[in-house]
Amino acid sequence: MEIKKGISVSPGVVIGTALVLDAEDLLIPKRLIPPEQVPAEVKRLEDAITAAATELARLRDAVTAEHGRDIGSIFDFHLALLHDKALVGQFFVEIKDRHTTAEYAVSVVMRKYSSTVSAIKDKYLSERVKDIHDIEKRVLRLLIGQKHEDLGHLTQDVVVIAHDLLPSQTAALDRKHVRGFATDVGGRTSHTAIVARAMGIPAVVGLGNITSEVSGGDVVIIDGTRGVVIVNPDLEQLEEHKEAGRKHNEAERQLRTLSNLPARTLDGHEVSLMANIEFPEDITDAELHGAQGIGLYRTEFLYLASEHEPSEEDHYASYADALRRLKGRPLVIRTLDLGADKYTQAKALNPERNPFLGDRSIRMCLHDIPMFKRQLRAIMRASVLGDVRIMFPMICTLMELRQAKMVLNDVMEELEDEGIPFRRDIPTGMMVEVPSAALMADQFAKEVNFFSIGTNDLIQYTLAVDRTNERVAGLFCPAHPSVLKLVRDVIRAGRRNSISVSICGEMAGDPLYTLLLLGLELNIFSMNAPDVPEVKKIIRSTTMEHARHVARRVMSFDSERQVMHFLREETRKIIPEAF
Amino acid sequence: MPTASRETKICNTLGMHARPAMQFVDVANQFQSQITVYKGGEEPAEADGKSVMQMIILAATEGTPMRIEAIGEDAEQAVQKLVELIEDKFGEEE
Repeated sequence: MEIKKGISVSPGVVIGTALVLDAEDLLIPKRLIPPEQVPAEVKRLEDAITAAATELARLRDAVTAEHGRDIGSIFDFHLALLHDKALVGQFFVEIKDRHTTAEYAVSVVMRKYSSTVSAIKDKYLSERVKDIHDIEKRVLRLLIGQKHEDLGHLTQDVVVIAHDLLPSQTAALDRKHVRGFATDVGGRTSHTAIVARAMGIPAVVGLGNITSEVSGGDVVIIDGTRGVVIVNPDLEQLEEHKEAGRKHNEAERQLRTLSNLPARTLDGHEVSLMANIEFPEDITDAELHGAQGIGLYRTEFLYLASEHEPSEEDHYASYADALRRLKGRPLVIRTLDLGADKYTQAKALNPERNPFLGDRSIRMCLHDIPMFKRQLRAIMRASVLGDVRIMFPMICTLMELRQAKMVLNDVMEELEDEGIPFRRDIPTGMMVEVPSAALMADQFAKEVNFFSIGTNDLIQYTLAVDRTNERVAGLFCPAHPSVLKLVRDVIRAGRRNSISVSICGEMAGDPLYTLLLLGLELNIFSMNAPDVPEVKKIIRSTTMEHARHVARRVMSFDSERQVMHFLREETRKIIPEAF
Repeated sequence: MPTASRETKICNTLGMHARPAMQFVDVANQFQSQITVYKGGEEPAEADGKSVMQMIILAATEGTPMRIEAIGEDAEQAVQKLVELIEDKFGEEE
């Protein structure tokens, strides 16, 4: 039994069987097996070695055919290691004599050899350590792969343990069976956190080395409310957490009773609460939680979910699906916002040195007009099926916005020529998520129909903090007075120019900021579905007078600590059980 | 049990690197005999002549004195062939 403390990023309690995702470097914990399991473990290792040899022979032949005998022979060396009876025999000795898992046996033996080999003075020979790592990883991957099925086709409920969840992994997840997440790294706004909250399942991140302490099949409790993960819990802990899980579900159920009530203050001011989604299927959950529409449809997942770039039809099918589910309620489609993530960087020919300041999002789209047009055509074709709005991300300069709109115009002309129906006056908006856009909001407001403030990126670019870097993540704070000033000014610019302003970043769903944003006259809050009830509860429990008073006070503060402290106090006044 | 043993010296420039080690093990595996390779010189060591990993770790460079020992029915032929392989510089150099 092991208790680990991390950062709670999505509430709830779950008890489940662990599924450990392949980390960069496979760290294999020392685990013992009962003696009666030894023959099965030996068999598992034999199968993995056979499979590895088959894979290698196939690879060698393919590489030899393409690049010649010299390159192909690298794999001969790997094969020779697998056929080395003295070496492989040691794996089995570990299992039979020391009752370790096959994974541990392989890793402990190979690591011993890799340190010996890397210490050899002769460079030709010490270089071979790479081959030893390679073969170790191949066998381990096969061993682990045998135990677990493909992420996309799970047959039982699991909790996912990973170093850091990659967007491509999330996209491939079989959502029916994933009950919780626990990761080594990450913060409140990490990808894992966002996905977990959107799915409404508990998650704890920043656990340090949970991947090396949990093995596939372990029973794990993820307490996303308290930020605790318990590996192989005892009976007492199991009981306690079952009770906590029940309580959380009960609280959730109560909050959901609010779902049909308007987000209206006690003095009659009404705002609109929307949900952020990644897949059309998320709409069901969004409605369950009382969202009035979709304020942010992240279309990246269309790209991440498949090996190929989505076709116009792939786009159209998803948008049409979403609109069918929405039955006339609004759908804000954000155009592709990729780049600066591990996924694109890993695939890039030349990874960028500074990807967050690099070729991402709208910049990437404007560099690949045919790809951009495919998406815009699909959106325009879907525009006749419901209340669709287009939103361009990461706009920094007026030129970019005008270029993007020009491409959109081209698309409309093409559709017109082809006689395909579309809605010409489709509302077109932009994300305000870089300080330059926020500072020039008045100018931008004259050229768009709406703003949506992306607080996550706005904070990152204003405070120069990478929120996924755990060494500085603590500096990432929505309450920083500079961020609040930008948010206030963007909302004001929107009002002056009579365009609507929403916030679709994490801040909109964080109950701590509800009073403040309401007081700043924000009209649309777009958040992860599970956050809607609590935000609504706060709105329904206060008056605009109170909210405006809170906003005025907050804007006079000069430190984020003061802001947070005050907001916590004021929110507790109206909802004592909050926080 | 017949035993055979012979001394020789690594004479290819690159020494017993991956490819020669693999060749050596391939030849060794053609025989029933148990084969042990002793490395002389400053850092003496021994290796199972049928294990690529152990042969690599032997790190036998050019000029290293070696002794090949075989125990088994075909010990004599095994030692003969293996020494030939080493002295032929693993067919690498002219």
